Amino acid sequence: MHSASSNERNFASTPQPTDASAHIELREVSFGYTPERQILSGVNLTVPRGKLVAVMGGSGCGKTTILRLLCGQHVASSGQVLVEGKDVAHMSRDELFAHRRKLGMLFQFGALFTDMSVFENIAFPMREHTDLPEAVIRDLVLLKLNAVGLRGAAQLRPSELSGGMARRVALARTIALDPSLVLYDEPFAGLDPISLSVVGQMIRKLNDALGMTSILVTHDIAESLKIVDYIYFISEGRVVAEGDVESIKASTDPFVKQFVNGEPDGPVRFHYPAVALEEAFR
Amino acid sequence: MNFLAKIADWFRSIGTATRNGITRLGFATRFFWAIVRASGPTFMRPRLLIREIYHAGVLSLVIVLMSGLFIGMVLALQGYETLVRFGATEAMGVLVALSLVRELGPVVAGLLFASRAGSAMTAEIGLMKTTEQLAAMDVMAIDPVARVVAPRFWAGVISLPLLAAIFSMLGIYGGFLVGVKLIGIDGGAFWGQMQVAVDWRNDVMNGVIKSVVFAFAVSLIAVFEGYDATPTAEGVSAATTRTVVTSALAILALDFVLTVFMFRGGVN
Amino acid sequence: MSKKTIDLWVGVFVALGLGALFFLALKVGNLLNFKEQKNGYEVMARFDNIGNLKPRAPIKSAGVVVGRVESIKLDPQTYEAVVRLHLEKNFQFSRDTIAAIFTSGLLGEQFVGLEAGGDSQMLKDEEWIKKTQSAIQIEKLISQFMFSKAQETPATTAAPSGAGVKP
Repeated sequence: MHSASSNERNFASTPQPTDASAHIELREVSFGYTPERQILSGVNLTVPRGKLVAVMGGSGCGKTTILRLLCGQHVASSGQVLVEGKDVAHMSRDELFAHRRKLGMLFQFGALFTDMSVFENIAFPMREHTDLPEAVIRDLVLLKLNAVGLRGAAQLRPSELSGGMARRVALARTIALDPSLVLYDEPFAGLDPISLSVVGQMIRKLNDALGMTSILVTHDIAESLKIVDYIYFISEGRVVAEGDVESIKASTDPFVKQFVNGEPDGPVRFHYPAVALEEAFR
Repeated sequence: MNFLAKIADWFRSIGTATRNGITRLGFATRFFWAIVRASGPTFMRPRLLIREIYHAGVLSLVIVLMSGLFIGMVLALQGYETLVRFGATEAMGVLVALSLVRELGPVVAGLLFASRAGSAMTAEIGLMKTTEQLAAMDVMAIDPVARVVAPRFWAGVISLPLLAAIFSMLGIYGGFLVGVKLIGIDGGAFWGQMQVAVDWRNDVMNGVIKSVVFAFAVSLIAVFEGYDATPTAEGVSAATTRTVVTSALAILALDFVLTVFMFRGGVN
Repeated sequence: MSKKTIDLWVGVFVALGLGALFFLALKVGNLLNFKEQKNGYEVMARFDNIGNLKPRAPIKSAGVVVGRVESIKLDPQTYEAVVRLHLEKNFQFSRDTIAAIFTSGLLGEQFVGLEAGGDSQMLKDEEWIKKTQSAIQIEKLISQFMFSKAQETPATTAAPSGAGVKP
């Protein structure tokens, strides 16, 4: 299925270094905490402006690491991580801060500040980065909360929210400063089906309404197929498959099939590497 | 050979422990400078600092008040037992005041502060790290050291000397209650002898300097352990324990060093 | 917890802490009296030996504290100790006052005792006390005692022999 589709949404079949519309581009990126254990090895990935792209793969395959590279918390050991054509690794401190100000990130479990109310959580980035008067901040916060349907919960503490509500509050905080790029780290983890669907729809709507570029790191294939434009599959630190929703659904690639259908054994082995059974019980 | 290998292992483990200790000390020192560099916002926005002083200082007030009062009362009772043998019960004011101002005030208030406020700081920062709140701030282009760590550190530095002074004051009052009101020593002698014997510079100021040094040490240990904690539930609880243990050892060791330098006059 | 409540408590805490510091400095450490002394006057005295006297030791007259020792120096010409005494201004002493170094109790701290004389003229700032009496040193006392004992011994042994001769 690789790069064969003529679908107009298939924009990233071959990484184009000079692609003007590319918001995010990873070129041959490798990363490892230690040289012996590489988490990413030679990842190529392109995300055009205004698109919603999912990065999928099993647990611990290096998906979250890609997000950390994008927001400059980690530096790639080789290759380039380009945001609007600029390598994150070579940004000055000021440039990095400017980059982060235009970036929103939704953390796995929301990462709401536990010592602040919902209102203060969303007001936090505004207060820290702008000199807006209190009245304007109040209106903006209520608007953001309204967008996620939680205007009534403004005065609650994060500990009083259900998992789904907390995720929506975190979403509102993520978009508080109208970022041009939003990164979602496992936004569906631990949610009930209704909350999951609500959050999924919200991510799609925000992406379209605010014209943001979104990268969604998840292993929830069913929900992703409903909302995203394009999907990358990552396994053992490299991109093993990619394509738009239709081509993924129609794919005959064994890895994609195993992942989409949730088969226990396939290219991803059920058994952790071990000596043969006959050997072990001899 | 096996025996030699065991001895080598033993020395190696000492070496590893030493190297780890030095590495952590280096990290803590660099962390201290990072805090100092990031302290601008703390003092530009006193609201952050006031909130943390509330948590570190005000919430430690009750335990410090109670402990101070009781320790002063016990000092007076025990001191009386000894002093009465030499017919020197008038010196009780001196005994109580000097013990508290020079030693017990800074040290016991420091230990109480480490276990009440220091452990809370570690747990709070460790929990924020575990739940990715610190990472979230970082991604929002807000320095977590400036926003979370520095206010807590300075709140500790400000709170502990005040708590130590309150502790000493309550202790002296406790000694007064037991010595004068209960046992019946002359009140004039209690205060008068104290005032003659206690020097505001050599005794009171040195006690305050001690408490300031302890405040820096305990606050740094508390925020460092929190920031450095392994981001898991076990990691945070281990870090909290380490804060209390390390702080206690640091206070007692620093106390010895400071006492040697400050009160050398009494030794030679 | 509202901002106002937090402000109130922090205010109470800081005021209490500063109050405790003042209490320790003034009521316990006697900072006020020390300040008052600065309005006093200073006189000097020479001692052959000051024993264990230290700066800030009390100066007493008839057991009442009237000042503090300001500084102690050695005169390189005479090898005597020069002690500056800071006296409170409401205590005036005659020019023939005797300054002596005493020990409180058997092994207690040393202080300067002033014994006023009968001169009608009073000591003024930067004047010298002429009559002084050095600290008593236990070692000297003991060696004097032993020496006198040693001197006595031949006398007492001689006496019986002398007595033996006499009759």
